[in-house]
Amino acid sequence: AEEFSLMYPFFYRPMFEVIEDGWNSFLPKDAFKDLESMTDEWRLSEVNKDFSVCPSYPPLVAVPKDVDDDTLRKAATFRHSGRFPVLSYYHKKNGMVMMRAGQPLTGTNGRRCKEDEKLINATLRPGKRGYIIDTRTINVAQQAKARGGGFESEANYPQWRRIHKAIERSNVLQESLIKLVEACNDQSHSMDRWLSKLEASSWQTHVKEILTTACLAAQCIDREGASVLVHGTEGTDSTLQVTSLAQIILDPACRTIRGFQGLVEREWLQAGHPFRQRCAQSAYSNSKPRQEAPVFLLFLDCVWQILRQFPCSFEFSESFLVLLFEHAYASQFGTFLGNRTAERAKLSLPEKTVSLWSWVNRPQELERLSNPLFEANSLVIWPSVAPQSLLLWEGVFLRWNRSSRCLDEAYEEMVHIIEYNKELQNKVNSLRRQLAQLETEDPLLQTP
Amino acid sequence: MEHIRLPKVESVRLLDRVSPRRSRVGTLYLTATHTIFVENEAGVRSETWVLHSLVCSMEKQAASASGCPLIIHCKNFQVLHFVIPRERECHDVHLSLQRLSQPETYEELYCFSFNPNVDDEERRQEWDFLDLKADYRRMGLPNSLWKLSTVNQHYKVSDTYPADLFVPESATPPVIVGSSKFRSRGRFPTLSYYSKENHAAICRSSQPLSGFSARCLEDEQMLEAILRSNPRSDFMYVVDTRPKWVLAAGSAGKGYENEDNYSNIKFQFIGIENIHVMRNSQQKMLEVCELRSPSMSDFLEGLESSGWLKHIKAVLDAGIFIAKAVAEEGVSVLVHCSDGWDRTAQVCSVASVLLDPYYRTLRGLMVLIEKDWVSFGHKFSHRCNHQVGDPKEVSPIIDQFLECVWQLMEQYPCAFEFNERFLITIHSHIYSCQYGNFIGNNQRERIELGLRERSHSLWSYLWTNQADYMNPLYRPDHSQAQGLLRPSTAPYCFKFWRGLYNRFDRGMHPRQSVEDYLSAIQEETQQLEEQLASHKQVGQNLSCLSFSETKTTTTFDKSPTAWALGTDLGLANTPQDYTGGFITSSPCQPKVPDSSLILQDLNQTPETNLSNGSDQESGIADLSCRSPLSEDSTRDPDSDEAAYSAA
Repeated sequence: AEEFSLMYPFFYRPMFEVIEDGWNSFLPKDAFKDLESMTDEWRLSEVNKDFSVCPSYPPLVAVPKDVDDDTLRKAATFRHSGRFPVLSYYHKKNGMVMMRAGQPLTGTNGRRCKEDEKLINATLRPGKRGYIIDTRTINVAQQAKARGGGFESEANYPQWRRIHKAIERSNVLQESLIKLVEACNDQSHSMDRWLSKLEASSWQTHVKEILTTACLAAQCIDREGASVLVHGTEGTDSTLQVTSLAQIILDPACRTIRGFQGLVEREWLQAGHPFRQRCAQSAYSNSKPRQEAPVFLLFLDCVWQILRQFPCSFEFSESFLVLLFEHAYASQFGTFLGNRTAERAKLSLPEKTVSLWSWVNRPQELERLSNPLFEANSLVIWPSVAPQSLLLWEGVFLRWNRSSRCLDEAYEEMVHIIEYNKELQNKVNSLRRQLAQLETEDPLLQTP
Repeated sequence: MEHIRLPKVESVRLLDRVSPRRSRVGTLYLTATHTIFVENEAGVRSETWVLHSLVCSMEKQAASASGCPLIIHCKNFQVLHFVIPRERECHDVHLSLQRLSQPETYEELYCFSFNPNVDDEERRQEWDFLDLKADYRRMGLPNSLWKLSTVNQHYKVSDTYPADLFVPESATPPVIVGSSKFRSRGRFPTLSYYSKENHAAICRSSQPLSGFSARCLEDEQMLEAILRSNPRSDFMYVVDTRPKWVLAAGSAGKGYENEDNYSNIKFQFIGIENIHVMRNSQQKMLEVCELRSPSMSDFLEGLESSGWLKHIKAVLDAGIFIAKAVAEEGVSVLVHCSDGWDRTAQVCSVASVLLDPYYRTLRGLMVLIEKDWVSFGHKFSHRCNHQVGDPKEVSPIIDQFLECVWQLMEQYPCAFEFNERFLITIHSHIYSCQYGNFIGNNQRERIELGLRERSHSLWSYLWTNQADYMNPLYRPDHSQAQGLLRPSTAPYCFKFWRGLYNRFDRGMHPRQSVEDYLSAIQEETQQLEEQLASHKQVGQNLSCLSFSETKTTTTFDKSPTAWALGTDLGLANTPQDYTGGFITSSPCQPKVPDSSLILQDLNQTPETNLSNGSDQESGIADLSCRSPLSEDSTRDPDSDEAAYSAA
């Protein structure tokens, strides 16, 4: 813990008034209350309260009501890093759920685990089938068997249909980010060179693959009326990209500022995405740390793509995404420190550092981050994943390469148009009130 | 109609390009002017109209058990994939369309039959709407430096130039005529743009016929006269927009100005490729756009190897060079390529857009196209393949100009009075032959065809419907709307123009349009302003107030997005094929009832129908790219069928 105690968040003292302590804003038990209001099929288990069953899970996780803690313990021994299947999202519209986990440890001789099967089958309605979305290609998943991992076989999971997608692993993604940033910094002014470097970076390919997989998960839940289990290898990277993006697509609450914070808390911080390892050095690193990877940045990029396609459906603007990107890599706040809840608890982050959410959830900051075009949209939003529809996220990748003055001016102009309209509405409304008052006060003016 | 071998085919399928499983069955009609596909399923009638003049090419594929596929590529980048039950029928439709889409004479062009029901007086007003002389007056011409020359009256000196031309005050007819004999097609140096502020001018011409060593005294005098028309400058630029190697390769008789023979010129090569390279490049790019579920790499590699964005950048770079020479150095520029009607038109007009905020307005862009393209003899009939002709003459030169403007709009969102829809509508009508503006190859041909008397003008149509083409972010007093634009031409600033090239792939476009949202807000704001004004005016008149009160409540309860988007998002937005065919049990999408909001102009004639398709994925995207063409229209079941039953 020594390497931590010298970090900036431990010395930073807020120069602003904390209205709401962000460390308490998104506790699992509060999230569970929302779930309880919709269904009684789930319970909050304390099986991991001392982080012994799964070190990267929070102390409280939502699991099917009929599955006891012993079953969970056994299922945990069958999943990578003890990441047994837990609830990620409940789709209110049809009661279908999305779960996430680590890969099953079937190994080469096809080990099975009755408790694991029981656990995930407990989430299916009678006679219904579910989908398992494995974020790896079938080949990669096969190879994982040699190292003790694997995937759910049809024989042992007859009620589940497995779909393999191809989201790349972290080292590939890091390589991609380095190439992309290099391409953006290229000064050669040659169009061919730019396009070929952009293509060679594969960044947009990853964006497309991740978004497509998330859309698929959302489609299974909303359109097929099926429950879904998502996993890759560890269940801490591509799995979280998919489960969190699927929620953006399905759940309007995740498209609000507060809801998005809750999503990042639930699906990234509490779900054990190792931020310290993944977001240590970003694109400019000579040493190429093995664990470094822009997994979270890719998630934010995908959210930005959806935001561009549904510019009126998000309460927050692009600046919120950029802010999260920056704070994930370097921050005066303690929110993104550490790799998992257990580590954060050990470091007493809530006591010793300030939460990013404490900063964000103040009126002036909320106003800065909010999207003036927002109109609550309660529907599922299906983005296009065609290459023509996916753009380079200029706000992040070209931020320091070109002036954004003209685009900023356009944004101000847009805000001005909307505010002027509101101002006039208020004027007209207050005039109407005054006149209504006059009418009641002066009976002479009343029309017969 | 003699060319229609088969007026009607039943049980034709129209395939959806993005998700082929979603196809529509209906009846195909061939009329004198349109191909019409009518889907009539469960009481929902949907019509797709395609003008014959927009048909670019057709591909008849080998018949299979399900029928005979006929793929129609349109000049506005719509692609229709029909499957016709019988080979014989497909063959007949193919042959008919081949003939109908390739008129052999001018008389067959759609503009001569398009009749929006206006009398001769109105028609005259339509054509008088744009007056190029007024634009020259706006520039401050004629003045003591530049005069209107009558030398080309009756097109005697150059038959591809307009009759009215501005030349330096000191240029005498013998000098002009002498110079014209030394230039390809007699296209002598003449004025395109004049800067009132600093007297610098953009002039244009064709190449000099200098060959290896020939020179022409009058041509040298002509350039000298141009130089002297800019009293504050002691030199001028001569810009040859062709790549240097073209001229190094040397073709006899043609060439460029030798700095030794012309005093005080600075010669500059700017490498823009020729019409053949541009045609092939766009073709390659369109092939990429049409790929069925391409990977990101397929798309980016294809875009790169097409070279399209490289060419757009070259045109913009050239425009910037000239605009800066004029605005920042105060130096006049003579621009030419070979004939001076393709690259020269592109570069002069791009420079004008950069230089002069007027050309960034609705009216200004129309004036600019009328001046630098139409009047100066860009060969629209040849380049746009309006009638059967040499395929090697076809080239998307004007597309590139429109795209340059679009790229600038992306960089300067507040600088242009018009929106993307305006550019796309102009693009469509350049190819549609619905209006007379772009028929023929030069002014002389248009006069001979009597287009002003026999057809209609697009410009007045656009002006009448200007509300559709306004950019809500534009303000004439905005800083971006002032003076010279200095865009970045770093490669990453150039984007693929999805709105044009994948215009009809509705699923690819943003599902909510910021622009439409803001336009709706602005409309509401205007109403509020009026109400406020009337409130103040009537003061205590209560009866009036209670009237407006009811009005305001109805106005405010409506969400602006509902206005802007026209349809319920839920109906309009459906998932794409994310599965790669994995899920086969995908339930059919529920049918969407016709929404009256999609149908903008039911009371218009079919030819000017604004409405677009009823495809469930389209509702929202439609509004951002509709055009007055009768493309893909959904219409009321009760609407008149006269238009195609006449066939």
